[in-house]
Amino acid sequence: MTSSTYRSPVNDDPTLDISLVVNGRPVEASVSPRLLLSDFLRHHLGLTGTHVGCEHGVCGACTVHIDGRAARSCLTLAVQLDGATVRTVEDLEGPDGSLSPVQAAFRDCHGLQCGFCTPGFLMSVTALLDEDPDVADASDAEIRERIAGNLCRCTGYQGIVAATRQAAETLRDAKEQADGTTQG
Amino acid sequence: MARPKAEQPEQSAPPMVHTGARVRRNEDPRLLRGRGRYVDDIPLEGCVHGAFLRSTVARGRIVALDTTEAEQLPGVLAVYTCENIGGLDREMPLLIPHPCISHGRTQRPLARDDVYYVGQAIAFVVAVDRYVAEDAVSRISVDIEPLPVEVDMERAVDDGAPLVHPDVPGNIAAALVQNCGDADAAFARAEHRTKIRVQVDRSTGAPMECLATAARWDPVSGELVVWDGTQAPIGLRGALASLFELDEDKVRVIAPDVGGGFGPKIHFPYANEVLVPLAAMELGRPVKYIEDRSENFVHMSHERTQIHEIELAATKDGEVIGLRDVFLHDTGAFIPYGIAVAQVASTAIAGPYRIPNIEVEFRCVYTPTVPVTPYRGCGRPQANFALERAMDQLAEELGLDRFEIRRRNLIADDEFPYKREGLIFADGLPVTYDSGQYGAALALLEEELDLPAFRAEQEQARAEGRWLGLGLSFYVEGTGLGPYEGGRVRIHPITGKVYVNTGLTTQGQGHATSMAQLVADQLGVAVDDVIVVEGDTGVFDWGVATFASRAMVVSGSAIHKAAVKARERVLEIAANMLEVDQADIVLENGAATVRGTGTSVPLAAIATVSNPLRYAFNDAAQIATQFAPANKGDGPPLPEESRPGIQTEEYYSPPHATWAYGVHAAIVEVDPVSYDLQVKRYVIVHDCGKMINPMIVEGQIAGGVASGMGGAFYEKLEYEANGNLRNASFMEFLMPYATEVPHMEMHHLETPTPLNPIGAKGAGEAGTIPVAAVIASGIQDALAPEGIGPLWHVPLNPSVLHDAVREARSR
Ligand code: FES
Ligand code: FES
Repeated sequence: MTSSTYRSPVNDDPTLDISLVVNGRPVEASVSPRLLLSDFLRHHLGLTGTHVGCEHGVCGACTVHIDGRAARSCLTLAVQLDGATVRTVEDLEGPDGSLSPVQAAFRDCHGLQCGFCTPGFLMSVTALLDEDPDVADASDAEIRERIAGNLCRCTGYQGIVAATRQAAETLRDAKEQADGTTQG
Repeated sequence: MARPKAEQPEQSAPPMVHTGARVRRNEDPRLLRGRGRYVDDIPLEGCVHGAFLRSTVARGRIVALDTTEAEQLPGVLAVYTCENIGGLDREMPLLIPHPCISHGRTQRPLARDDVYYVGQAIAFVVAVDRYVAEDAVSRISVDIEPLPVEVDMERAVDDGAPLVHPDVPGNIAAALVQNCGDADAAFARAEHRTKIRVQVDRSTGAPMECLATAARWDPVSGELVVWDGTQAPIGLRGALASLFELDEDKVRVIAPDVGGGFGPKIHFPYANEVLVPLAAMELGRPVKYIEDRSENFVHMSHERTQIHEIELAATKDGEVIGLRDVFLHDTGAFIPYGIAVAQVASTAIAGPYRIPNIEVEFRCVYTPTVPVTPYRGCGRPQANFALERAMDQLAEELGLDRFEIRRRNLIADDEFPYKREGLIFADGLPVTYDSGQYGAALALLEEELDLPAFRAEQEQARAEGRWLGLGLSFYVEGTGLGPYEGGRVRIHPITGKVYVNTGLTTQGQGHATSMAQLVADQLGVAVDDVIVVEGDTGVFDWGVATFASRAMVVSGSAIHKAAVKARERVLEIAANMLEVDQADIVLENGAATVRGTGTSVPLAAIATVSNPLRYAFNDAAQIATQFAPANKGDGPPLPEESRPGIQTEEYYSPPHATWAYGVHAAIVEVDPVSYDLQVKRYVIVHDCGKMINPMIVEGQIAGGVASGMGGAFYEKLEYEANGNLRNASFMEFLMPYATEVPHMEMHHLETPTPLNPIGAKGAGEAGTIPVAAVIASGIQDALAPEGIGPLWHVPLNPSVLHDAVREARSR
């Protein structure tokens, strides 16, 4: 995954060169200006974990991290990403292949059924907890507000709300422990 | 080699360690890592992409269609219209024929001469990628002369209304009357009658993954492989083999990971399901079509619009002795799935109540809209809404409490099996409720709700001018229809892992776990050592499909039977190897162990021994080769009438549907300024018989309730008078986010069904059924001080409530 050229094979659309970092690895590509980031990730880099549920920015299934913030890859053009850092669901697991605290919590709490919305939720919740470690203390209603950018048709959200709380607690405990260790 | 069975003391049934436990899912690690394999994720070398031109006119005549410019666009490989698809230019099958369908009409893959709804496919373009394919679609010129339309179902049946199909009088596709007992006599002796008119509007399943098909034709083997987001791969395989005149063996349909189904994906073949394979065969390259969301709204089946006029005949004590229901069912422009939705609604109409005398009549009406096939609930939500709102109304008129009127009419525990002779359910058999504890369920709900506390709270709220109310609804669900499903269990001789196959599919229901739990208990292995492979006709092709909350009931029972047989075989061989009686053997931790000793043989070895070998392809295999000491004996190495390996296959065909049930209640508050709905508590008592994995059951209920919330207050497909669908996007079709779905408190009863060996009833659709009635009943109660008129039409929304209050105040 170092270089990829996407040139529209049939028309004279110019292509633009971009270089970016995807899941920690440098990528150079030459892409059509109209290529969506979601298609670039899925069909040119083979990162099919990012899903497309609406292509109009409502469902959140396509959520990835761009420069550390959650963003809709279906509303982003690949050419906008020159110089950016992108992270997708494939990068969530630990270096040893273990599930991240958010992934593990989704499994423990039955936060997924068909799994189609799941990568988007995982990226949204991961970004949320990176930004705001206090979610562990939030009310149920607050957690629901915070995850209301993603649609799920299967779970009724109950498992997702529980998973978000569990992951927040796990991350907070880990942080407290780390802080404790440093202080001690 | 085997000792005669008669000498063996009986092995008792194994302990249920996994069955009934909240086992985390086998499928999750893969899905969580982004390694799911949905249709659009299948890597196909050289794949090209399809896109449709769809009608923007509801009912019209195609006067001109010119594809030249599209064909000339560089990168376009083919443009199909009805003119160049050969034998596919025909009406697609009517999947469930029924004698009452007097005017069955189904659509062609691509419109010929006429279009019948906005969204109907007219042309199919294949190009090097989807961007170019869509460019080409925009270069097709089509001229459609609009014809008059009537999208309002009630007006569509009037004399002189525009006809969807010119040769279908009154737009009536089918009509049916069913009777149980003597409704006329019951109404004649009734002391009280209540009649209401209710309406449920149109909605859509909206799975997060839209329709998707990919196909590859192998000219060498002559095999067509189709990956499709379907609930019915075996059915689709049958349709494709028939349409393309191929041997079934040469068509393999695979439903890989499917991003939700909820009913619409049981219907087949959609246009893409036949045109993608056609293009793959003609072009000699893999072809893919991935529907986008706006297409999904106007292409994939819809459901729900029904208008019921329901009448109850009662004694003055509130005993309901008769029911009449006459309803119209909107089937859209075609009726490809027969009367299934209307039939299910009509047979669910008396719900959990005794009501011995029933007359129910329906007509299926064509309207120039997307065709209707089942969506989660399949007619039950409409029937339930009609019945439960009528029960509330009856209670109100008789001055009875809503709980009390239900208590007086529920079928009692000792009345099961309870048959409604004359009402024929969707499986072609009379409605027969097999088991239940309806009274206990209602009592449990009342206890959990703490009614006295609620009444006090409501009084307080009212004193403060707040609108707080309680709604409830009982429901029943006939689940687990036939005809049958199968299960195959096989122990792998090298790894000792257990492979399980069945013919149906999963779209998130967790079969890879719950089915594995059943097998793990029989064979004493870990749940994650049981690998369930389904949805692939190349692997197992006897069976029907995933619908009607039937997977666990029907496939689960078949797999259980196969696992029991596999266990018998394992014990038989292990007894020989260990030279003990079967009764002394315990199957656990992937091995057969002599009870109370450390002596054991692993399942892999047992599977190996069961398969006479010539070649020692690994060390373990030596034991099964011809010259191994244990294999000296007379007679053939594989005894007569036995088969090699441990592999069993069993089938289960239910005698009739098994009836799950439950009762939901909600405490709701309506904001007096915004008229927003807030569900403060949502309490569920649910009984789907024996639960194999309560965590998965609860997930099914929660997802069902979320859909139900959509149907109660948010989701409505809005057709304009000209047949255009106004809100064909997630921006305007309000599917609930986490903020619109309440936290659900769930309580279970487990009344096993006597109809199958695992005691399970279906759970997939249950959650959806009662929600509209619960919410309407709750809001009605909340707004009672305002004296609003009855809420008999869903979905409700803030402006409907605002109007109702304003209207009441102006009276
Ligand atoms: S696919 Fe991007 S928000 Fe739905
Ligand atoms: S798990 Fe299927 S859409 Fe969320």
